[in-house]
Amino acid sequence: MDALMLARAQFGFTIAFHYIFPPLSIGLGLNLVLMESFYYFTRKPLYLEMARFWTRIFGLIFAIGVASGIVMEFEFGTNWSTYSRFVGDVFGSALAAEGIFAFFLESGFLALLLFGWDRIGAGAHLFATFMVALGAHFSAIWIVVANSWQQTPAGYHLVGRPGGGIRAEVTDFWQAVLNPSTLSRVGHVYMGAWQAGAFAVLSVSAYYLLKKKNLEFAKACLKIALVVAAVASLLQLFSGHESAEVVSATQPAKLAAYEGHYETAPAGLYLFGWVDEKAGQTHGVALPGLLSWLVSGKSDAPVTGLNAFPPDKRPPVNFVFQTYHAMVAIGLALILIAWLGVFLWWRGALFTTRWYLAVLVGSVLLPQAANQLGWFSAEVGRQPYIVYNLMKTSDALSKAVKPGEILASLLLFGFLYLLLFILFIYLLNDKIQHGLRMKAGEGHRA
Amino acid sequence: MNYDWQTLWFILVGTLFSGYAILDGFDLGVGALHLFVRSDKERRVFLNSIGPIWDGNEVWLVTGGGALFAAFPEVYATVFSGFYLAFMLLLVALLFRAVAIESRSKQPMKWWRNFWDASFSVSSIASSLLIGVALGNIAWGIPLGADREYAGSFLGLLKPYPLLLGVTTLALFMMHGSIYIVLKTEGPLQQRLKGWGKNTMIFFILCYAITTLATLLYVPHMLATLQRYPALFIVPVLSVLFIANIPRNVSKGQGVGAFLSSCGALLTLMALFGIGMYPDMVYSNPSPDNSLTIYNSASSLKTLRIMALMAAIGMPLVLSYTASIYWVFRGKVKIDAHSY
Ligand code: HDD
Ligand code: HEM
Ligand code: HEM
Repeated sequence: MDALMLARAQFGFTIAFHYIFPPLSIGLGLNLVLMESFYYFTRKPLYLEMARFWTRIFGLIFAIGVASGIVMEFEFGTNWSTYSRFVGDVFGSALAAEGIFAFFLESGFLALLLFGWDRIGAGAHLFATFMVALGAHFSAIWIVVANSWQQTPAGYHLVGRPGGGIRAEVTDFWQAVLNPSTLSRVGHVYMGAWQAGAFAVLSVSAYYLLKKKNLEFAKACLKIALVVAAVASLLQLFSGHESAEVVSATQPAKLAAYEGHYETAPAGLYLFGWVDEKAGQTHGVALPGLLSWLVSGKSDAPVTGLNAFPPDKRPPVNFVFQTYHAMVAIGLALILIAWLGVFLWWRGALFTTRWYLAVLVGSVLLPQAANQLGWFSAEVGRQPYIVYNLMKTSDALSKAVKPGEILASLLLFGFLYLLLFILFIYLLNDKIQHGLRMKAGEGHRA
Repeated sequence: MNYDWQTLWFILVGTLFSGYAILDGFDLGVGALHLFVRSDKERRVFLNSIGPIWDGNEVWLVTGGGALFAAFPEVYATVFSGFYLAFMLLLVALLFRAVAIESRSKQPMKWWRNFWDASFSVSSIASSLLIGVALGNIAWGIPLGADREYAGSFLGLLKPYPLLLGVTTLALFMMHGSIYIVLKTEGPLQQRLKGWGKNTMIFFILCYAITTLATLLYVPHMLATLQRYPALFIVPVLSVLFIANIPRNVSKGQGVGAFLSSCGALLTLMALFGIGMYPDMVYSNPSPDNSLTIYNSASSLKTLRIMALMAAIGMPLVLSYTASIYWVFRGKVKIDAHSY
């Protein structure tokens, strides 16, 4: 394999691993704030028990998120140094802002969240929990700003680079930050994270109910998380639709690839299908006219097809078609699962419908999968560019790095992350099985 | 306004990395000493002395990296791709360290705890060494091409001077950590740790003397700025005073004073390093003409100004809540239900 493919594999693998944890941190953060607020206002010990249990799980997830995140911070320089020279003036600020405004906040108040139970009062502790959740949400903003600029660059001009070649420099900071895709993508990433957190809580609570353990605890958790899941899943549909509109306006080749749409003509929306990239055809079941309607409000409006782009300016079509459709299918499934739960709750059958609880236990994997698939669609759909229409991925590589070195790091991280993941599941399982023993007398210094 | 924004950012990035050295320095040092205590209880004391704060300390490194990327993208690109394998090793060490701290006390088995204790200590030592070796290479100079790319190999990074700086950094962090841990412990354990404090101090002062000599003899370009601006000699003088003050404080039993002196020593040593480099950020050796200076590697003035505004808004906030959090966790380590 050449250095380019290795660098992409190494980066893709390490970021995909990292992205298992941030959505959980963000989403659980929200659930924690809710649980602890309930405790603060009702002073029912059950809510304190909930907040403490989920804080312990949060701590574990957060630690692995931090450890794998530090790797990411430096990989723009190690793997993509030519890209870093090109975008540093714009992109670097977002990364620095993330440190100053988000990471310090998260990690500082995390100390109080995890270790401060007996050192500060309940109000101060709730404040710390809130700040940690806020910090996690801030960090998502800045990193998505950076990534969105790479998808839809704005507020810059190209000038000569001191070392030869060109680079992008900021002309309008707010235009660069609020580039055309920032807002829709921040919203979409947030909802994906809230879903990830809520379904994690749902899964564990449903497991307890099925095992007839910790019933009071499980029921209370289930109710809170179900509300979050139902709201976030529904909002995610609208947010996804908004993302698709932005993509159609800013990255037409990507949108065409999402739907395997070759001829510029009115387009349908595939439920599922297969793209024959050689023949330039897509086979599958489509709802006619729906893509045209989604993009422009008219079911007979033409949508630009892939044939309008030379083959070397198209992303891998079938790959993004499949990842994109799988994400959307999961999105619809999650809406169904969450609202079915609301329906059962209304009928008073939420805690007794065993098959539904079994579905919930497994459902934790779905938002995780959709989050990964979504990033794969967005990032691979941007190919062959690393910065859309400005720089090709093949020109972005570090020049000083040898393929053997990248391979070594890929193998090293592959091995380590595998072990780390096994360790994570082991510790998580341990906490779920035994984590609910609160010692008598443990309370708050109110 | 014709302000020297590049110099300002040189100082700011330096400040972030100094913050990292001072703060993570003591928790890396505690980690490096971890295996010297044997009982489970004592090891938990070590771990929990840094428990609530090590993560926040590491953010100084992350933010320093981000600020370097934003202010001097060429330096970020050249150094991180040039030191590829070395940085991957550092990342692995930091990763292992985080995981070890988190996992160690989660299971009671003896083999489990021994494994994570060893991981915690070895990764702390490895991180300290690698950071020092990286600094040493920057000071000594690395071969850069006209295209500003690193033109050497991984083994080329293991020259004697950088290795010496690696050991010196480890010694410094161990001393810093041993002074910190004395503050956080009490009783017989504290008495024993005071004894080690002396040993780490001797180890560091020895390394410090050799490094100073080696720098004077073999790395003359690190002295150029001092010779040009003699007023700056105050910095090396201060650093000698701080270092000399540490044994004085220790022998008088002034734990806090010793810790502050040790922080002062770290700060002035980092400042000395910065002065030595200025105005270069990466010194090219051979062919100094290819060096990356703060002027030929910086972002646009507009970006530097925007970022200065961000730092002016953000850093006071960061400092104030960081200080409050340290305040909440002041005093001796107490193991409770929430400890590691
Ligand atoms: C949508 C959110 C999101 C995305 C797309 C990313 N991260 Fe992340 N990151 C977080 C959300 C987050 C977080 C929620 O803030 C973390 C996750 C683990 C944690 O629990 O904090 C975090 C931790 C984290 C840390 C450790 C911070 C600390 O020490 O406290 C670093 C350095 C990074 N990340 C850097 C990156 C980089 C360079 C990314 C892109 C390539 C990236 N993250 C993608
Ligand atoms: C956190 C979730 C993310 C995931 C799962 C993800 C996934 C991926 C994947 C799979 C690739 C390889 C694509 C390919 O080889 O075709 C990739 C590449 C890349 N991504 Fe992302 N990405 C994420 C976030 C980000 C963010 C936030 C940024 C920037 C701030 C970013 C910047 C890049 C860069 C620079 C590359 C390398 C060039 C490329 O291959 O496209 N990614 N990412
Ligand atoms: C409900 C139907 C959904 C639709 C119509 C939809 C639509 C989209 C679109 C069009 C993109 C591409 C944006 C771009 O290329 O810049 C995208 C990306 C993404 N999706 Fe979805 N999505 C849906 C559900 C979900 C779900 C359920 C999740 C996770 C739980 C999710 C997570 C993501 C992520 C993480 C990205 C990458 C980040 C981004 O580009 O915004 N999506 N989605």
